Order: sequence, then structure tokens, then C-alpha cells
Amino acid sequence: MTDDTIYSQILDDHYREPRNFGRMEDPDVQVTETNPTCGDTISLFIKVKDGNLEEISYVASGCLISVASASILSEKATGSSLKEIRTMAKSDVLKNLGLKLGPAREKCALISYDALMKAIDRYNSS
Amino acid sequence: MDIDVEEIRNHFPIFERFRRDGIVYLDNAATTQKPREVVDAITSFYYNSNSNVHRGVYRIGEEATELYNHSRENIASFIGARSEEIVFVRNATEALNIAANNLPDVVGRDSEVIISRMEHHSNIVPWHLASTRYGIRVKMMENLPDRQITWEDIEKNLTKKTRIVSLSQCSNILGTINDLSAIGKRLHELGIIFVVDAAQSVPHMPVDVKKLNCDLLAFSGHKMLGPSGIGCLYGTSEILENMPPYMGGGEMIREVYENGFTTADVPEKFEAGTPNIEGAIGLSAAVDFLKRIGMDNVRSHEKELIKYTLEKEEEYALESLHSYGPRNPDIRAGIYTFQMKKGDSGKPYGNYVHPHDISHLADRIRGVEIRSGHHCAMPQTVALGTYATARASFYIYNGKEDVDTFFDALKAIEKKMIA
Repeated sequence: MTDDTIYSQILDDHYREPRNFGRMEDPDVQVTETNPTCGDTISLFIKVKDGNLEEISYVASGCLISVASASILSEKATGSSLKEIRTMAKSDVLKNLGLKLGPAREKCALISYDALMKAIDRYNSS
Repeated sequence: MDIDVEEIRNHFPIFERFRRDGIVYLDNAATTQKPREVVDAITSFYYNSNSNVHRGVYRIGEEATELYNHSRENIASFIGARSEEIVFVRNATEALNIAANNLPDVVGRDSEVIISRMEHHSNIVPWHLASTRYGIRVKMMENLPDRQITWEDIEKNLTKKTRIVSLSQCSNILGTINDLSAIGKRLHELGIIFVVDAAQSVPHMPVDVKKLNCDLLAFSGHKMLGPSGIGCLYGTSEILENMPPYMGGGEMIREVYENGFTTADVPEKFEAGTPNIEGAIGLSAAVDFLKRIGMDNVRSHEKELIKYTLEKEEEYALESLHSYGPRNPDIRAGIYTFQMKKGDSGKPYGNYVHPHDISHLADRIRGVEIRSGHHCAMPQTVALGTYATARASFYIYNGKEDVDTFFDALKAIEKKMIA
């Protein structure tokens, strides 16, 4: 039996070398999301300039799916307008991962999305 | 080993698929597979005798009632109880909810209940709910992850108000088998009601409710080869008679008037509505299956498996592997909970494999199906210093070669994921 697509090269790559990983000095907003059922935690930081997401970073402790998903999302979102990012649907995130997940693992994939949406809402209401 | 694993597997239709797809099922603490005998008993009821119980005086109605009553007797004698001491419920969770909901009215609302930290959520949350509803106080006592609950653990938490102690006979996460007989005896000397969560013990070892000195005991059918949706609440006649009914409806009444009702005798008093007849019949068939093997043999087989697991753990000596629970197989069930972790570099990759990844990879690499998460025992999981662990758990159809495959999988995972 071989590894299936869920742990494909791309995911493996993003897990081993997550993009934009780390804390941020002076973020505009910081959000921490947890999934108590499996202990996944992500702290996400954003900096905004002229309505665009200038910089995003995060520290995460979680499964491969949650870390790789955060990495992929951070690459996609950097430079986009907050408005544009806010129209992203959960299904877009899952599509970007390029694999079919069971309901239990979808939560892992979406924890960074939830954190980012919360961060944007918090920025907009501040 | 007294058990012929290969012969046993032939009774389980799902093993055709397991053999075809190379699946090694090791999540038996969550639920077990079903032998043909159980499936046939349920099917036969549907095909030949289906009708409601305790009502029809026609032939198949009487047959259904006889089958149902026989099932209760058979299951009762399996744990050393009498028929009228067995209430059919959905599962151990429901049984414990009945206990937590009804005991405050027996013991008084200004009472304290003691539970342990190794309890499953089903022996924690119902008591918290009872605390909110009825004002009883819940005390969770500490226990060490590598030894049994002792009388001293309980004694530290006893007060004049302690009226209930509710403990698991076997932890679903640590695999600790608690020696409850002596504890039950001392609790009774103090007039304290003793509730036992036997969801992980009745399926895996001989259990005699009289020897345990318990007042109430809960277990589920699906964890012992039976169908889902059927379980039992054992209670002494005294306590069942003192407890008020749980739900109202048909079956549980003697007479109903315009302005009230009288209840049926126990156990029907707690069984409102048409019961899970086929579930009871299926569970009875599961009990017959286990009786044929012998519960002493079931226990010694699983003891041998966990002993072998702990030996293999030392033999493989995987750098990142940490397991929990007592090392002495005499007090350890066939449950192996673990983590894979090495140092902490601050980055996700290289020093830690999340239990979800362990579970997923074990399945994809070697077909080994194990559980990951908090196993419905968050207080114990947190006390282990984590939020999630992985768990392998055995039953009668698992053999030593399954343990070998399991460790092969862990070795491959470590190689892939730990730097």
C-alpha cells in the first residue's frame, strides 16, 4: 500500500517548510483559534495596508492538514484585498488543497481560514 | 493462548473484507465487529417473529416476548445478576445518565458525588448536568496514569456529604483495570452508593456484579459484539425500586388515570415505549458467543496481547514513541494509548506527529486502523499533558501478528515524519 493523495507531495512540502510561519512584530490584528477535539491551535497575525493584506504569518501546532492548509492559504491571501479574501468560501480553501477530506479532517483544513476571517472582521470593525 | 484467533475470525463476515483490503482493525474500545451469530439472531427475529412485546396474545407476539425475556435473563446471568435487575437502555451513556438524573432524589440534593479523572465523558458530564439541575456537588479526584485507583484516592475526597461514588472498572484511555470489589465493600459500609462504568470491562473480562459490591453498573452492547442502540443498566432491586422513573410512556406504567399514574415493577419502570427488541436479542446472541469462548479466556488472550505489545514497544525502541498506562499486564486491558514526539523545535514538522496523522498514516501505510483524539476522556488527556493521543485497542479476533503490523506502521511513520 502506498501513501494516498491526502499526504501528497504538495502537502508534505507545505508541512515540512510552511510558508510565512512565525510570529509577527506589531501586527494590526492577532487571532488565536483552537479545535478542542484534537488540540490544533493556530495564532494568526496580519498587517493591512490600503485595504490589502500586506503581510500574514502564523504559528500553528497541529496535524499535517492544518499546517499545510494554513501555509497554502497564507500564500494565496498575501497581497489580495481584504474584500476579496472575505468572499472566499470554505469550499475554495478545500479546493486549493486539492483533495477530498472526510468531515473530521475538514475542520483541520479550515482552522486557518476561520482564524483569517476572524482577523479581517476584527480589523474592519476596529 | 487459549483462543484460536483464525477460527474466531471466520465467524465475522467483515473479515472477508479485512483480508481482501489488508485492514487490521484496532479500534475495539470504540466499537467491536459483529459475528454472524449476532447478525443471524437479529435477521431471524425480523424474518420469523417480528411483533411487539408484552402485548399480543397471538403466537408471534408471544414468541417475541419470550425471546425478549430470555435475552434479559441471559444477559443478566452473564454478569451474575437476576433478570429484574437489568434495565435495557441504549448504551452505557444512557445508563449513567439515568443514574445521575435519578440518584439525587434518592440521596438528597445536598449530596456530593466523587468521580475519578480517568472517567469517560459519559461518567463525567451526566454528573455535571445533575449538579446544575439538582445542586449536587461533583468532585473529581486525581489518579496516577500508571496505577489503579486506590481507597486512599477516594478517602481524601470523602466528606459527610459524600453519598455517591461513580468509577470506571477499566479506563478507556489508560487501560487501567481498577480493583473495585474492596472499594465497593468499604463504600457500602459507609452507606455510599457505588456506581460502576463497566463499558470497557464487561466485554473483556469476567464481571460479577455481586462480587463488585456495586449498586448500579452500566455497559454497552456494541462494545461486546452486539448491535448498537442496546445496553444495560444493572441495579440492585433496592436501588431500582427507590429511584423514580426516568421517562414516561407506555410499558413503564401499571395504570394511568385522568389525574395520574402508577408505575410498572422494575425493570419495566425504566423502559418507557416499545423497547429495542431486536437489539436485546442481538446482544443476547453476543453474550452466547462470548460465553462459548469463556470470559476467562477472553481476558487471558487480551492480557497476552498487551504484554506482547509492551514487549514489542521495548524491542522496537522508537525514539519518538511515548505510551501511557500501567506496565503490569495483570492490571492492564488490551488498550495502548501513545504519542509520537521528540523535543520541540518550534516548527510543526520533524519533532511531533499529530495523532490524526498517526491514525491516517497507519491506515494508509499498513492498513492499521486506530483511534486518535481525546477518546472522550479530556480531563485524563489534559492530565497527560496533551490534547490528543493515538490509541490501539484489541479484542478476541486480534492476534500477535496484528501487533507486529502495528509496530511496523509506527516505525514507518517515525521514519517519514520525525527528523
